[in-house]
Amino acid sequence: MAIEAPDPLHQHGLPTAGIRRRLASLLYRRQTLLLLLLLTPPLLWFGVVYLGSLLALLMQSFYTFDDFTMAVTPELTLANFRAIADPANPLFGANIDIVLRTLGMAAAVTVACALIAFPIAYYMARYARGWQKGFFYIAVMAPMWASYIVKAYSWTVILAKGGIVYWLGQALGLNALLEAVLSLPMVGGSSLSTSNLGRFMVFTYIWLPFMILPIQAALERVPLSLLQASSDLGARPAQTFRTVMLPLAFPGVVAGSIFTFSLTLGDFIVPQLVGPPGLFIGNYVYTMQGAVGNIPMAAAFTVVPVVLISLYLALARRLGAFDAL
Amino acid sequence: MNHAVEFQQVSRVFDTVHAVDRVDLTVAEGEFFSMLGPSGSGKTTCLRLIAGFEQASAGCIRIHGRDAAGVPPYERDVNTVFQDYALFPHMSVLDNVAYGLMVRGVARAVRHRQAEHMLAMVKLADFGGRRPAALSGGQRQRVALARALINQPRVLLLDEPLGALDLKLREAMQTELKALQRQLGITFVYVTHDQGEALSMSDRVAVFKQGRIEQLSSPRELYNRPRTAFVADFVGGANVIDASLAQSLIGRAQAFSVRPEQMDFVSEGDGGIQLTGTLVDVQYHGAVSRYQVALADGRQLAVSRPNLLDATQVAPEPGQAVTVGWPAHAMVMLEA
Repeated sequence: MAIEAPDPLHQHGLPTAGIRRRLASLLYRRQTLLLLLLLTPPLLWFGVVYLGSLLALLMQSFYTFDDFTMAVTPELTLANFRAIADPANPLFGANIDIVLRTLGMAAAVTVACALIAFPIAYYMARYARGWQKGFFYIAVMAPMWASYIVKAYSWTVILAKGGIVYWLGQALGLNALLEAVLSLPMVGGSSLSTSNLGRFMVFTYIWLPFMILPIQAALERVPLSLLQASSDLGARPAQTFRTVMLPLAFPGVVAGSIFTFSLTLGDFIVPQLVGPPGLFIGNYVYTMQGAVGNIPMAAAFTVVPVVLISLYLALARRLGAFDAL
Repeated sequence: MNHAVEFQQVSRVFDTVHAVDRVDLTVAEGEFFSMLGPSGSGKTTCLRLIAGFEQASAGCIRIHGRDAAGVPPYERDVNTVFQDYALFPHMSVLDNVAYGLMVRGVARAVRHRQAEHMLAMVKLADFGGRRPAALSGGQRQRVALARALINQPRVLLLDEPLGALDLKLREAMQTELKALQRQLGITFVYVTHDQGEALSMSDRVAVFKQGRIEQLSSPRELYNRPRTAFVADFVGGANVIDASLAQSLIGRAQAFSVRPEQMDFVSEGDGGIQLTGTLVDVQYHGAVSRYQVALADGRQLAVSRPNLLDATQVAPEPGQAVTVGWPAHAMVMLEA
């Protein structure tokens, strides 16, 4: 008579506990299986849905659009890219204007966000304690709870003639100064809400949290003893900041700037609501794929921010932004 | 003559905690001075007061005769070797060592040559091009030392610098540190919780307890003549016999200490001072064994005996009744 050896896993507990325990120990022993189970769904999503659609987009940017029949045919052509990159092309002037306008704004917004965010992040990481820390986190993130559209619209009211800014300027007797600033070329306009300055203010406001949080996280990781060591070795506070604090916080600034830069580069709502006429890349893409129906041209234009961000990352890498990671 | 460091009634209060409480001390020029104590005893706060990372709440600190009140760390002629080394991760080893010269505006070629020289002194001549992350713990420790010494400070502060190293390396570094201090002739102020480290390297040791100095003497005196029960226990691991037990033993109500190696198992009538109890535990340490003896009233004594290759040596077993004895001269009278 064969006697079955008692399974040590089944000696205690209920059968269901046994199954769960066996599953747990199976996954514990086969770490690769666990990893596979955890990573397959997101990788499928990322690979198929995200990268797939990006590739489809890239593909379509080589399709041919017939100006007369408004029809898209899958005949591969470089015409769309020539319209952006070839100075001999009749459309080049208008297109490069769009790219430069967007790029200039994205760069300005990024620099402004970094300058404003650094002191806030520095205070949050170095000085805020207890309830202050919670207050700062909520204060930085609270604007993100409100709808983006609502914020953009409310800014049009804030910046319009007769709005809060003008009212405040009048109360403080600063409207003459405001008018003088608005009369400057490039930044100015007939009112704040139709000027590049106004658009810049709205962008800076909306993307600021995306700059504060990465810088704060980077500063938080700098051990206090490094700053003390620098001071101990004779560095004045400004030197410590320049030679220790800033280089170690720089990856955070770069991470934040990737957000502010790419978010501005791709935005098409703020340029529509605030600021002077003149298309941004996003508006142009929107118009091409919507009103005009020139999907290939729209697709070609979306490649521009991808290339710009790639160049930016390569530059940041060369500058050693990721060395301290 | 000016003292290298002088504390007069120095206190440092955090909220309501007296981390340092009315401390008086002087460190002589060229001395190897250690601050010894358990964690939270105020020794590291004292070091940070000298470095300038903390300001005294009360009292006066002088460094080479100059009042240090309000003087920031970067204007003090002292340098620190940090417990976690605090090497700059984004700089090469060479730039780390040269940092003190760099912030003083010394030209690149000059400061790098100096840094090479310092690295050679700590036996890391070929490591200048590496990043700190590519070094072992012992190597990082040497880099931290070279970096702190490049400014030629008159006082070097060391905050448990050997704490993270393994035993063998720690012992080697103790010898090297002591040799370096003799060679350079500068004042070392050394913070540690390891009594062996403090005893083996220092000219004088200050034992800290709850923000106050319990005893300040030479290592020999500290070990042989502890003044308080705390010092006797913390430095020598000595047995402290309190006043009431002393009364019944020697007819005098004064606490005293006896070191474990001065005690031995004896038979009744052997003379000397004796106590009987039960052996509860034996710890084998190689060279010696430590025997834990419980007295009838629950008090415990530690007896340390060398483990000789001697067949006649009979070790008692746990559970056995034993008589512990020591000679009268082994007793060190303690302050109340």
